[in-house]
Amino acid sequence: MSGVAVHLEGLRRAFGSVHALDDLDLEIAAGELIALLGPSGCGKTTALRVLAGLEDADSGRVLVGGKDVTALPANRRDMGMVFQAYSLFPHLTALENVSFGLRLRGRRRDPGRAAAMLDLVGLSAHGRRYPHQMSGGQQQRVALARALAIEPAVLLLDEPLSALDAKVRVQLREEIRRIQTEVGTTTLFVTHDQEEALAVADRVGVMRAGRLEQLAPPAVVYQQPAGAFVADFVGLSNRLPGVVSGPVVAVLGTELPLITPAAAGRVTALVRPEAVDVTPDPDGSGRVLTSSFLGSTSRVTVAVAETLVVAQVASGQLPSLTPGTAVRLTLQPVPVALDPGN
Amino acid sequence: MAGVIARRRRNQRAFRWVVFVVLGVFFLLPLAAMVEFSARDSQTWPLLVNWPKLSDTYPDLADGIVASLEQAGLTAVLMLVLLVPTAIWVRLRLPRLRRTVEFLCLLPLTIPAIVLVVGLAPVYAWVTYFLGDSSSTLVFAYTILVLPYAYRAIDAGLSAIDVRTLAEASRSLGAGWSTVIVRVVLPNIRSAVLSAAFLTVALVLGEYTIASLLNRTNLQVSIALLGKSSATMSVAVSLAALLLAFALLLLLSLAGRSRKDSK
Repeated sequence: MSGVAVHLEGLRRAFGSVHALDDLDLEIAAGELIALLGPSGCGKTTALRVLAGLEDADSGRVLVGGKDVTALPANRRDMGMVFQAYSLFPHLTALENVSFGLRLRGRRRDPGRAAAMLDLVGLSAHGRRYPHQMSGGQQQRVALARALAIEPAVLLLDEPLSALDAKVRVQLREEIRRIQTEVGTTTLFVTHDQEEALAVADRVGVMRAGRLEQLAPPAVVYQQPAGAFVADFVGLSNRLPGVVSGPVVAVLGTELPLITPAAAGRVTALVRPEAVDVTPDPDGSGRVLTSSFLGSTSRVTVAVAETLVVAQVASGQLPSLTPGTAVRLTLQPVPVALDPGN
Repeated sequence: MAGVIARRRRNQRAFRWVVFVVLGVFFLLPLAAMVEFSARDSQTWPLLVNWPKLSDTYPDLADGIVASLEQAGLTAVLMLVLLVPTAIWVRLRLPRLRRTVEFLCLLPLTIPAIVLVVGLAPVYAWVTYFLGDSSSTLVFAYTILVLPYAYRAIDAGLSAIDVRTLAEASRSLGAGWSTVIVRVVLPNIRSAVLSAAFLTVALVLGEYTIASLLNRTNLQVSIALLGKSSATMSVAVSLAALLLAFALLLLLSLAGRSRKDSK
């Protein structure tokens, strides 16, 4: 099974006065997994549904493997889809569900295919179970096997993990990535969970108001956000006052390189919590306000004059950073974005 | 405290029995009276279960029974063919029209049968012109008559499943709309479809006004006619029709349950 390239070209879709897709352009390379990330109503699900043929675009084209499929109905687009809601057919067993698409394609003679797909998602022993006899995670696994069984040109995942509990989500997203890499199907994964998007995707597309704000590998999206919206939406950011002079911005007494050049003057810089080091210092200008234990890392909020700064520290440091402790803040010289609204 | 609770339980149990007995008497007494009355003539019941003899002795009654069974079957089929795809389509593509469709389907419930007949009479003049005056043509009127009950049953079945997601999942797997309806939606609303079909059959078997006023024959019309010549036989046939309806209900509920269990 090998993937095909997908191109969404100038897609527009409006629901009344709301523009769900506003001239959206997106290219997905063959075999690539792209995650579309964004807040509710940004148009990510609409983009996926237009690609699936479940929604019509007002204008624009959908090209799959170079072929224009814009006018094709959903059942003739050759796409496998996993939905947010549990979508297994309740009257069929897991194996029958996986066989459904194969039977429609007249591949009844390949009885091993459905079983092999169930095996791929680790549920070969559950073939005779009905959906109501399986957990949410198992149902979504079967849905994935069902979508992949038909050897689709493109795999579409519409927030498939959002109904699951935290631990199963992490397991299943890793499994999705493993299987996608194994079969090499071009995949579009829609999610509002940034951690999920960063963890599974080859490239992450951050959407806002029907447009792509940035499309880049996860590390780039996180470390070099294309703008304040991306910096703000992906990961936590401190909004700290600074002064731009030349290629740097001075924040809390430290000069930090700029991701994109800006005019000299007062600005608000967006600084990641993990780029802030906190050291106990009786002469330091900051005071710890709160601290929260998060497992291997912890988060401390420090007040520096009128400004609140959130820092991510190793949990081993936490005993020395109790609320009220005087501390010194050091910013790591990683490139930062500026809030254009300032 | 324990004594109060025990007394309350005792009272509730007694109340339940009283309600059960009163309702039992209310429903069973007329049936018992029918059995007693129809058995006064020892020939009635043996004749009723002997179809060749029955159709020789009471040819009009036999015609009425056959006509009613035909009407019931055809109405159920026509109702399902019209209503199931419509209800699914409204849910999937025209959710804004749901209230309107529901209102339209409930309308026949608010219009008295006699008024319906006045409206239907000129329509049936055309039906007779094109399709003849067979009793089976009543199927069109009956389909409208059963809409309120059948639509409710089917709509309740569709509410119990996520039709949109199931339809989209099957579409993405390559299914056309007919496959979506026949192989995905219908099997999941089977008990609702059975309920709608049963209600249709029960309603058609008990219909008298429209058939009588449009000069067609059916079971109830022939029972009414028979009542003038053989009272015991007419009561026996009414009772048999009632028992048939009960049996049908029992069979359908058993069928629904066994399917659920087999999952």
